[in-house]
Amino acid sequence: MMSDIQLTQIPALRRGFRFQWEPAQNCHVLLYPEGMIKLNESAAAVLTEVDGTRSVGAIVADLQARYPEAEGIQEDIVAFLEVAVERFWIELR
Amino acid sequence: MNGSGSSFAKPGYEPGPPLWLLAELTYRCPLQCPYCSNPLDFARSHEELSTAEWIEVFRQAREMGAAQLGFSGGEPLVRQDLAELIEAARGLGYYTNLITSGIGLTEEKIASFAEAGLDHIQISFQAADEEVNNLLAGSKKAFAHKLEMARAVKKHGYPMVLNFVTHRHNIDNIDQIIRLCIELEADFVELATCQFYGWAELNRAGLLPSKEQLVRAERITNEWRDKLAAQNHPCKLIFVTPDYYEERPKACMNGWGNLFLDITPDGTALPCHSARQLPVEFPNVREHSIEHIWRHSFGFNKFRGYDWMPEPCRSCDEKERDFGGCRCQAFMLTGDAANADPVCSKSAHHGKILAARDQADHGALGLDQLQHRNEKASKLILKV
Repeated sequence: MMSDIQLTQIPALRRGFRFQWEPAQNCHVLLYPEGMIKLNESAAAVLTEVDGTRSVGAIVADLQARYPEAEGIQEDIVAFLEVAVERFWIELR
Repeated sequence: MNGSGSSFAKPGYEPGPPLWLLAELTYRCPLQCPYCSNPLDFARSHEELSTAEWIEVFRQAREMGAAQLGFSGGEPLVRQDLAELIEAARGLGYYTNLITSGIGLTEEKIASFAEAGLDHIQISFQAADEEVNNLLAGSKKAFAHKLEMARAVKKHGYPMVLNFVTHRHNIDNIDQIIRLCIELEADFVELATCQFYGWAELNRAGLLPSKEQLVRAERITNEWRDKLAAQNHPCKLIFVTPDYYEERPKACMNGWGNLFLDITPDGTALPCHSARQLPVEFPNVREHSIEHIWRHSFGFNKFRGYDWMPEPCRSCDEKERDFGGCRCQAFMLTGDAANADPVCSKSAHHGKILAARDQADHGALGLDQLQHRNEKASKLILKV
């Protein structure tokens, strides 16, 4: 689908979606009406940064600083956000 | 609630956590839908857990890992303490879902539930057409009120699921149903063909659509999906077919006591909504902790693992995929809950499914022949 995410855009969870840590499953999940998605560590790391105020560029910079050894991190983050937009988990403002 | 008592846990079998908690708060309901999933003998008990007892159930289940909580019934809105229950559940970290007919809902309640932290409201419709809806619901003004409430739910910013239970008397209007849902700005639409439990099983001959009806409905749903995708429209259509047209059974509840925990109005704990009819003893939250119920009770361990299976399931290489299907359906159609679900073509009782399909093509019952779900009918059934 679309792959034109701009670094200046601000991602936010779509209304009705909630991101939280679940101790019983030992992972982060995304909760939505009558459903739940288990997230892997990298997806959770990105969604932790999605707060509706910070831009894609700021999220990339922050994760690059936290994981300096990770190569191609910007592409991975943008690819994940694209999937999240496509599945209507998040919206870009 | 104590945790004492003997353990029926199966050695070496570790059940998944009860991620989904369904709180059937009450069997009271202003509607009389002939496909209600409540037990036929619901009028046997009018006992309901207190506010404090429900909150304690929520707390214990949350500790066990429950994350999704559905407030259901009956009609959960008849509980005067609903806002209090929502607030407690939300405070514990649940994603809270109100599953309602919309009857008894008001804009003030919608606002007060939002304040209490309710995450989502699902409204069920009986049809997209006023006359059929009201006939099925057994209420003259249900439809107009549902429309008004669906609009109010969106106005207050909730995500909304609209649930249409489809059957042979409304499935041909699927195009109109989807159109209505999109107009009401539903985020998710469940087009769920009746599952034949409870009152729906009693009325099966008047509810099961023909294969031709189903194929047409699924085709129209797919056309709508393509149209929505082309518009990048967020509304998601979920089409649920009845398993009567399958050759392999569903992996019911993702396995017995493996994901889903249902607490009925009187505190009886069940591994699915319709298990109460089985000749199996189920525990009650007034006598045991949720931990004991989930891990150690007789009822929740009865069909865990594979050692209880007779043939053809026992030696079947698909048993780990579908767990032999649904225990309730096996019981209703074969008289033995351990048998293979007769939906499976390997079942010696598969002929019952074929006969039901044949009846849907030839000898189906009319809308006026359905037995509505109400107290009077339930008491009559109790006497038989």
